[in-house]
Amino acid sequence: MNEEFLNTLGSIIGTATPLVIASLGETITERAGVVNLSLDGSLALAAVLGFAAAWTAQEAGVLDVPMQIALGIVVAMLVGALIALLIGFSSIKLRRDQVAVGFVLTLLAADLARFLGADFTRIPGPQITRFALPVLSDLPILGPIFFQQNVLVYFSYILMFVIWFWLFRTKGGLSLRAIGERPEAAYARGAKVQQLRYWYTFLGGALVGLAGVAYSLNVKPGWSSPPAMQGDGWIALAIVIFGGWHPFRVVLGAWLFAALRAVSSNIQTNGLFIFGQEINFPFVLLNTLPWLLMILTLLIVSGGFTERLLQYMPRAVQHRMRAFLRSDPPKALGTRFEME
Amino acid sequence: MKDTKSLATQIAFLLIPVAISLAVAAILVTAVGRDPLEVVDALWKGAFKDSRKLGGVVNFWIPLTLVSIGLVVTFRAGLWNIGVEGQMMMGALFASWGAQYLLWDASMSPLLNLALIALSALGGMFWAFVVGLLKIRLGVNEIFGGVALNALVNVISIYMISGPWQPRIGGSAQGTEPFPVPALLPEFSKTFPVNIFMILLVFAAFIVVMIMLNATRWGLNLKAVGKNMRSALLLGVATERASMSAFLVCGALAGIAGSYRVLFTFDNLRPLASGGIGFLGLLVVLLLSIRLLWVPLITFAFAAILTGSTRLQIAPSLKLDSSLAGVLQGMLVLFVILFQGVREIFFPQRAVDAEDIETNENRPNE
Repeated sequence: MNEEFLNTLGSIIGTATPLVIASLGETITERAGVVNLSLDGSLALAAVLGFAAAWTAQEAGVLDVPMQIALGIVVAMLVGALIALLIGFSSIKLRRDQVAVGFVLTLLAADLARFLGADFTRIPGPQITRFALPVLSDLPILGPIFFQQNVLVYFSYILMFVIWFWLFRTKGGLSLRAIGERPEAAYARGAKVQQLRYWYTFLGGALVGLAGVAYSLNVKPGWSSPPAMQGDGWIALAIVIFGGWHPFRVVLGAWLFAALRAVSSNIQTNGLFIFGQEINFPFVLLNTLPWLLMILTLLIVSGGFTERLLQYMPRAVQHRMRAFLRSDPPKALGTRFEME
Repeated sequence: MKDTKSLATQIAFLLIPVAISLAVAAILVTAVGRDPLEVVDALWKGAFKDSRKLGGVVNFWIPLTLVSIGLVVTFRAGLWNIGVEGQMMMGALFASWGAQYLLWDASMSPLLNLALIALSALGGMFWAFVVGLLKIRLGVNEIFGGVALNALVNVISIYMISGPWQPRIGGSAQGTEPFPVPALLPEFSKTFPVNIFMILLVFAAFIVVMIMLNATRWGLNLKAVGKNMRSALLLGVATERASMSAFLVCGALAGIAGSYRVLFTFDNLRPLASGGIGFLGLLVVLLLSIRLLWVPLITFAFAAILTGSTRLQIAPSLKLDSSLAGVLQGMLVLFVILFQGVREIFFPQRAVDAEDIETNENRPNE
């Protein structure tokens, strides 16, 4: 296969990584029945504070580069986790609406990021560098696509498998799914519903924070205003729905979005040629594609639209197609659980 | 009637979150090495120094109040109309189309203004209709539909500005040419640059929506749908039509708000002309737990903070990012919401939703 093409695929996997990590984090939070709607703001705040921490360590010259990066990552994960915990707390203890609190935090975190980031705008800082995995990176085709990346990308692969294994192959995962589907039943069987919800909200938020810093330390290095990842939080939330709260499908969705974006930005810089013929149209309009895809995917997986379409299919394939196309949220998603 | 104790606690639970958000904001300002008192001074002067500044506040207040009134309607129907920002923008686009292509005589200016405002209402309704259609018929959650449509209309407006509507000389993505004067909404005076007709329109919308929500069957249906879609349906409420009508009312008001931005504030179409006012409206309505009565007052306070914040960047001793305004507003709403929860823990006898109390008092007579 053409080397340039493989490199393009590789860079799509690389740029998709923040989306992958954020959507996986949101997946486990929502599996526990909590919606963290704050993603778009959380990503920005985690990105800028993580970057600021790493940059400050660099300027002070107290740590070597890997430790600067590590510091930035820890700070960002804490930021994401704390925002998520606030949503969990307001829902579980204070009985507030998750969507309302999450939305307010979306705006608040985004403004806070702009405010605190004003002094860090457009300055170079430490970056996570590429690290080709020995042996694996030499594999034909797969090597250049998947294994000539950075540590965060490798982490996202592992994360995907770990979450899948935890969800569907362990007892802990069973209660995670139970508290999101039928918390009363889980409680009756001895699951500590509230405690688990706190824990998974925290964990999911930490991953969102990591995704944020994956932008500012790697994919879109540094900080600018408006933030480079603006809108990605919403896309990540939509990917979770598209992915049907299943880690593999979620990751696939994130890659799909990143691929579409890569194609559209490539056309915008290089023009579009079909059979050597230059095609001209306002390329600006290509920026609508990710959002059209978002509407389309939600239409397919959650609408009555698909259900109607399925009626026209032969009975034998209906069931299988439904399982493939539809995605239903955890039944207790966004609701509160009251212990009596 | 409320006894004094509960009134006192009510006031306390309103003042505590306000005090906390001010304190946190002060800490933030201190953390970046500025003097909080100087910030307060700059905010105040930026908003109220003279009648021109006050005019600036009113110019934010008009669109902000319009969208907030609309959002009370959608929230009443249990709908999260995040698409309000895009509905403003679509209204602005429609008005911009009319302003450039309806070349009416200067003597027809008032009529043209009316036509453009009507056009912008149509634009907002169109975009709200799409969100509504996606939500009601096609099962796409209105939050995601709204976010996507917001982004779409932003791309469309950038395309229009850099393409078909670009200025003849020095075309760029900055904005269209200023619209012809007859299309623009007139200023009251140079020292108090606001449009009086729009102020009157805001109050008219406020009163009409107040009556519609509290004294008509439509308002009652919306509330039934918002409280419990299933039982509303079983009671014979046409839930789909009720939800869609809420979207359309909100879209119309948002569209008009958008027209004010392009026909008065900017005099041309710019990218992101809606300026986050729709999102701010969502904050206002969340702060008030969907009570319409206090909307014009809170929007005025928010508009003042927003206008004042422009001075934060200019004041030589401050040079602070104007996003501080958003931080302050966001924290205010967040802490008020959280403290409602705290109050319910400490005073569980008042656990009934504040909104229930309000609407039970003026339940329409049937």
